Amino acid sequence: MKEAVHISGVPSPGPDLQELLVRVARGDQDAFASVYDAVSGPVLGLVRSVLRDPAQSEEVAQEVLVEVWRTAPRFQASRGSAMNWVLTLAHHRAVDRVRSAEAAAAREHKAALLERTPAFDEVSEQVETRLEREQVRRCMRTLSELQRESVTLAYYRGLTYREVSELLSVPLGTIKTRLRDGLIRLRDCLGVSA
Amino acid sequence: MSTAELHTLTGAYALHALPESEQRAFEQHLKDCEACAQEVRELSATAARLGLAVAETPPRELRERVLREITTVRQEAPAHGRRERTGGGRTRTGRWYAYALAACIAAAAAFGGVAVWQNQLAQDARQEADQAQRQNEQLAQVLSAPDAKTSSSELTGGARGTVVVSQSQNRAVFLASGMAPPPSGKVYQIWFNDEGTMRSAGLMDPRASDDAVLLNGPVDQASGMGITVEPSGGSDEPTSDPVALMDFPTA
Repeated sequence: MKEAVHISGVPSPGPDLQELLVRVARGDQDAFASVYDAVSGPVLGLVRSVLRDPAQSEEVAQEVLVEVWRTAPRFQASRGSAMNWVLTLAHHRAVDRVRSAEAAAAREHKAALLERTPAFDEVSEQVETRLEREQVRRCMRTLSELQRESVTLAYYRGLTYREVSELLSVPLGTIKTRLRDGLIRLRDCLGVSA
Repeated sequence: MSTAELHTLTGAYALHALPESEQRAFEQHLKDCEACAQEVRELSATAARLGLAVAETPPRELRERVLREITTVRQEAPAHGRRERTGGGRTRTGRWYAYALAACIAAAAAFGGVAVWQNQLAQDARQEADQAQRQNEQLAQVLSAPDAKTSSSELTGGARGTVVVSQSQNRAVFLASGMAPPPSGKVYQIWFNDEGTMRSAGLMDPRASDDAVLLNGPVDQASGMGITVEPSGGSDEPTSDPVALMDFPTA
């Protein structure tokens, strides 16, 4: 901050999302279109990181987005941000799908799961996403290897902690602890408050 | 499973990594453990950030399909009496809403500080987050006012400033993230810009690179705000050129 800089108002997209969801809850379809524009990229990206298959991912993303419309009256801002609510829903749906019996049969083997890195490189080039990605990537590097592997396998791959434990040949209790202290470290690094 | 053991499941729960039966047991536990519930909220918000980081651009057809589909899908009725946000008195939940929104805006403001964050230790970041959380009620009220307008801008050096103005409350809040510390013995002072005349609106915490400041005094006719570097304790009028000028968002 050395030289003077004049800044004109650039509308910030973040804070409006909760307001929009309140309008969606009252049946406002225009508000839903705006919500769609704000959340569809993260929803699709997250679902695809868990499911991998593009067609299946789009299908699940569509289900999630329609569910946002259907269940908007359930959203409570006191329990977290709108984006958090939507992404929690998306993660649940993706994980449900991956854990369903049909998907289990097609489950990749151990080596493939361990090899895969999050889809950080295939994502949109929006500035916000790039900043977010950089920040997450940097904070991921502050984790121990076991913390990082555990969190990545659980979140981006949708594994249960038991599956993570088997895959990494590490005791259950250790995985539970690593998932927690890994997330706590990420929370602190990312400056998340709730 | 003991309570202590249950408590360690917050991480697995936030990541949806519990099998169904354990998830249900943990949700029972959550009802009685406010500390766990708070930790779950924070860790879920953290998980959502991992989700944001893998966003991709959806195909245009998806938008058309979804927008078409919702016209045929009936929405759920609210589970229990929804509070009405317009009109009348703010209820107890209004305050929670305000804090949630404040946290959301602070997170949005913190977004831009990437460059500065790079060399900071996690602990610094935690302190900053605590500071962002330390919003007093009045500040939260501005952020959650129905007419609150926000504008957000890059400052120099990778810092980011967000200004939130509520005309009805005649107050403004400035959220900074990733600001370089002021030179030793100096502080950042915030000013209302009354058509070129600077009116002091208070000092920023010199130790915080992320800060949320309720501007001192009413907005009145001010069209924007400026920040200058002043000697410790602040000045009656600016003694240096502004390091940043921001227009207030217009209606």
